[in-house]
Amino acid sequence: MSETAQADPVPAAAPEAAPLLEVRDIGKYFGSVIALQGVSTQVAPGQVCCVLGDNGAGKSTLIKILSGVHQQDTGEYLIDGEPIRLANPRAALDRGIATVYQDLAMVPLMPIWRNFFLGSEPTKGRGPLRRLDVAKARDITRRELAGMGIDIRDPDQPVGTLSGGERQSVAIARAVHFGARVLILDEPTSALGVKQAGVVLRYIAQARDRGLAVVFITHNPHHAYPVGDRFVLLKRGRSLGDFAKSEVGLPELTRLMAGGAELEELSHELEREPQA
Amino acid sequence: MATATAAPVDERIKNLGVTRQLLARPEIGALLGAVVVFAFFAVQSSVFRSGAGVANWLDPASTLGIMAIPVALLMIGGEFDLSAGVMVGTVGLTIGLLTGQYGMNTWGALVIALALALALGFFNGYLVVRTKLPSFIITLGTFLMLQGLNLGVTKAVTDTVQADAIDTAPAYRPAYDIFASTVSVGGVEFRVTILWWIALTALATWVLLRTRFGNWIFSVGGNVQAARSVGVPAARTKVVLFMTTAAGAWLVGTMSALRLTSIQANTGIGEELIYIVAAVIGGCLLTGGFGSAVGASLGALIFGMVQQGIVYLGWDSDWFKFFLGAMLLLAVFTNQFVRRLAEESRR
Ligand SMILES: Nc1ncnc2c1ncn2[C@@H]1O[C@H](COP(=O)(O)OP(=O)(O)OP(=O)(O)O)[C@@H](O)[C@H]1O
Ligand SMILES: [Mg+2]
Repeated sequence: MSETAQADPVPAAAPEAAPLLEVRDIGKYFGSVIALQGVSTQVAPGQVCCVLGDNGAGKSTLIKILSGVHQQDTGEYLIDGEPIRLANPRAALDRGIATVYQDLAMVPLMPIWRNFFLGSEPTKGRGPLRRLDVAKARDITRRELAGMGIDIRDPDQPVGTLSGGERQSVAIARAVHFGARVLILDEPTSALGVKQAGVVLRYIAQARDRGLAVVFITHNPHHAYPVGDRFVLLKRGRSLGDFAKSEVGLPELTRLMAGGAELEELSHELEREPQA
Repeated sequence: MATATAAPVDERIKNLGVTRQLLARPEIGALLGAVVVFAFFAVQSSVFRSGAGVANWLDPASTLGIMAIPVALLMIGGEFDLSAGVMVGTVGLTIGLLTGQYGMNTWGALVIALALALALGFFNGYLVVRTKLPSFIITLGTFLMLQGLNLGVTKAVTDTVQADAIDTAPAYRPAYDIFASTVSVGGVEFRVTILWWIALTALATWVLLRTRFGNWIFSVGGNVQAARSVGVPAARTKVVLFMTTAAGAWLVGTMSALRLTSIQANTGIGEELIYIVAAVIGGCLLTGGFGSAVGASLGALIFGMVQQGIVYLGWDSDWFKFFLGAMLLLAVFTNQFVRRLAEESRR
């Protein structure tokens, strides 16, 4: 279904295109914990927005608001310029927003193909005879995973028995398959081999070229910089800035992400004293 | 599309053999158990293996099975319902009071009892998904409340602890034919409840394995957060499961009210644990996300055979409880083993 949904090829990567997703001064509290405060950014169709920041900076919290898992406590969330409050992830999926969650959102005891289509199962038949189209589901699962360079042995294998990278690949293939307008990826390459990480970056570029808006979270500036159009930097729940690619270079980005001086200090610490 | 039709053989798949693959099914333990129990009693008692004997032990197995199936679905969905047993009593008493005491038409009484049961199921489910408290504690609350209510209302209305004269109400006969009569097969009278049981086992299996809702049941029991994240209406799924259990209680309550024509105020108390044990014997994991309807029915079958078999052998019926506990322990050990195989056999 995702192959057919990209009806209007948007003029490529036009920064002036109207934003598809936008957050203004958004904030989220968990009891007394302020997980996110005053963060603003936007992403247009055909653009990749990278969200960067330390562990616990609030990246996952931000994308969980975008994908309907959490609701914002302050600020505004706009889709196509309209203020909105997504009641649940279903509401986001219905708007073509698909997400790869950091915890992957998989049910370990269920087979790969059931996980792949969970919540969006293909059916055949009508009325009370409406039932799963198992053959189609198995087939698409196998095909989409093969496209990622993952050759699954058997779509009936429980997800809990897959390797970490295989599991991550299933989650990514699923989001790519169902993301018709927006693709959100929360550290999708953390468990992947070099080859598969490359495939994911290529997928992100392809989705962008098809006119999807992409939100990409990563700790790796070498992954973020080549595909990103803009970079949002979070620290302790607040925004350190929202840069267009033209405003920042790779070394600058790396320094910002690592907290510059701290990294130099670390490399001093780690270096071995030359033995006499 | 045509690429996967050839089912290419992957060099990384070791052929595990049929036995190993069968062992990974949740119901296999219950199937073996049923065969062993049948053999045990059939060898010692000729009545047990006779047509009339079979009809005799299928009878209790059927009503237990009709409850064990929805209880199993609920357990696969990650929840328990301790009020399921006493709810059978609530339904039976409602029907009994409405027909026997107030002379209401049987069909009308059945509809009201169904509405009441569904409301109770909704109440259980809604509280569980709203408060996010363990269903164990919520339904323990409804269990106690209903237990008190069953006795209190029955006493207040009838001045006794039972509701009777159900067969005096209009339209008793056609309702009896559907829910409680017997069917003659080869000269042996089988309870119609057995047909209901078989049909419901087939229906539940189809729903579990071949419908979207079945997929959702496994997912909310296996990882509810993940299920919600990918758009499964997790709360609605759980509420529907509680209401399905209540509908099962309605069916069994109706069956016993129409069959016995009088119903005791303490009906169903303690049965809830037997439903759960049958589901566990049938391969349901206590942690949710794994199990089968066929398994739960086999669990119920084992119960029916033991309950009647002990009588045929002339043993004291106290041994039934002992057997119950032993089966449960055996079942959880087997389940643990089977689950490990289920996870390993695909590697
Ligand atoms: N449900 C929750 N309840 C309480 N606190 C939470 C909850 N979710 C997140 N937090 C807190 O909010 C902060 C931001 O968490 P978040 O998961 O967004 O970080 P992150 O940037 O994704 O980190 P990482 O790089 O490790 O994934 C953390 O301090 C975390 O403890
Ligand atoms: Mg995170």
